[in-house]
Amino acid sequence: MSEKLKLVDQVQAINWNRIQDDKDVDVWNRLVNNFWLPEKVPLSNDVQSWATLTPEEQQLTMRVFTGLTLLDTVQATVGAVSLIPDALTPHEEAVLTNIAFMESVHAKSYSSIFSTLASTKEIDEAFRWSTENVNLQKKAHIVTDYYRGDDPLKRKVASTLLESFLFYSGFYLPMYWSSRAKLTNTADLVRLIIRDEAVHGYYIGYKFQRGLESATPERRQELKDYTFELLFELYENEVQYTHDLYDSVGLAEDVKKFLHYNANKALMNLGYEAMFPSSVTDVNPAILSALSPNADENHDFFSGSGSSYVIGKAVNTEDEDWDF
Amino acid sequence: MTTLAVDDRPTTDPATAGTAEGAVTDAALIYFSSVSDNTHRFVEKLGVRAARMPVLTKEPTLRATRPYVLVLPTYGGITGKGAVPRQVVKFLNNEQNRSLLRGVIGAGNTNFGETYCLAADIVAAKCHVPVLYRFEVMGTSEDVARVTTGLEEFWT
Repeated sequence: MSEKLKLVDQVQAINWNRIQDDKDVDVWNRLVNNFWLPEKVPLSNDVQSWATLTPEEQQLTMRVFTGLTLLDTVQATVGAVSLIPDALTPHEEAVLTNIAFMESVHAKSYSSIFSTLASTKEIDEAFRWSTENVNLQKKAHIVTDYYRGDDPLKRKVASTLLESFLFYSGFYLPMYWSSRAKLTNTADLVRLIIRDEAVHGYYIGYKFQRGLESATPERRQELKDYTFELLFELYENEVQYTHDLYDSVGLAEDVKKFLHYNANKALMNLGYEAMFPSSVTDVNPAILSALSPNADENHDFFSGSGSSYVIGKAVNTEDEDWDF
Repeated sequence: MTTLAVDDRPTTDPATAGTAEGAVTDAALIYFSSVSDNTHRFVEKLGVRAARMPVLTKEPTLRATRPYVLVLPTYGGITGKGAVPRQVVKFLNNEQNRSLLRGVIGAGNTNFGETYCLAADIVAAKCHVPVLYRFEVMGTSEDVARVTTGLEEFWT
């Protein structure tokens, strides 16, 4: 490391009985409840399915997962850790250590997938690819540079964009396989990762917004401009990366819709309005329902039935029944 | 219960404790939003009169006086118990509030998988009212337009 190690200035014994921000406790509890390990997922059940993929499809899958491994490694060893000295509360520091650890679990999970499905030679080839792919390396460098910068709020922006946007060119593929009933156990594992990243992005985005509360209007504008500039920079690179990966299987355009859709959510996690219009965020419904069975458009009651609606009647319920 | 706020620890369970009189509201849209303010931002964009439940569960809850639609978020991937925010449970424990509920709008994130908008599903099933709409985080401009039109038609 070239720069001086940055640490928290002063450490006091953390008192979980005196809470400044309830969100810290809330998110800590959610992360602990969501805790999992790759050993719990029966990945070996995917071995037969793996054999049905073409060599190109297998190579694509390996590359996607080494790309995700790299990002998780960045987030575990640099990203989440770099946010700790900026924490507003001691409990936020504790939550960030949990986030950093889970990112290491995520990174290790991909190795579990590799060792289950592929040969050592194939694994080594995929890792070699990940160090040589220009756009993947650029993506990691852009984010790492901002983590090394001296602006706490800009670090949070970079972190939220990583958690809520940069992973999704990769997450697309296991959802795609799952929608075609392939590698379904691997998809189950990746869904656990996606769920964790959603909490991380939500939390870091929330802390960014708390940090904005005391900022001057000029500073707010600066951070907003910065966020959109960084998103554009990452987006342009992400489009290239998507073409590198998916052109061979003809899925690049479909993946890009997924990128737009998730870029909007990353912005919203930071408290900004969605940027991409619905005309370019119309994600393939098969991908959406692989992500969430509830994401079905048919659940839009308003546009579905209009005037034929019959007002629902509440049943008599005893108060005791309201123990959810 | 996994989302118990530390403020509540020394007291009895706020969701079932007492019947402290809360503010009366005749808004046709009632919502819960945590300090993240995501759901609050969405409701603000609708530009209709709406009542926000207290953020802290120990505060007296609202009392509805006319039929209303409830907007509530689900975050964090908690399955089953604990998915419905404690404050919403407290609000719906009031029999009158429950009887005036006509529909639910859910907020969340599809990245939470099968628990996307789960709280809205649970409340809707329990109260036999429809889930009218789902949106993510603080909603896009399309979401705002569809809910605005949808609610206008719903009440006519």
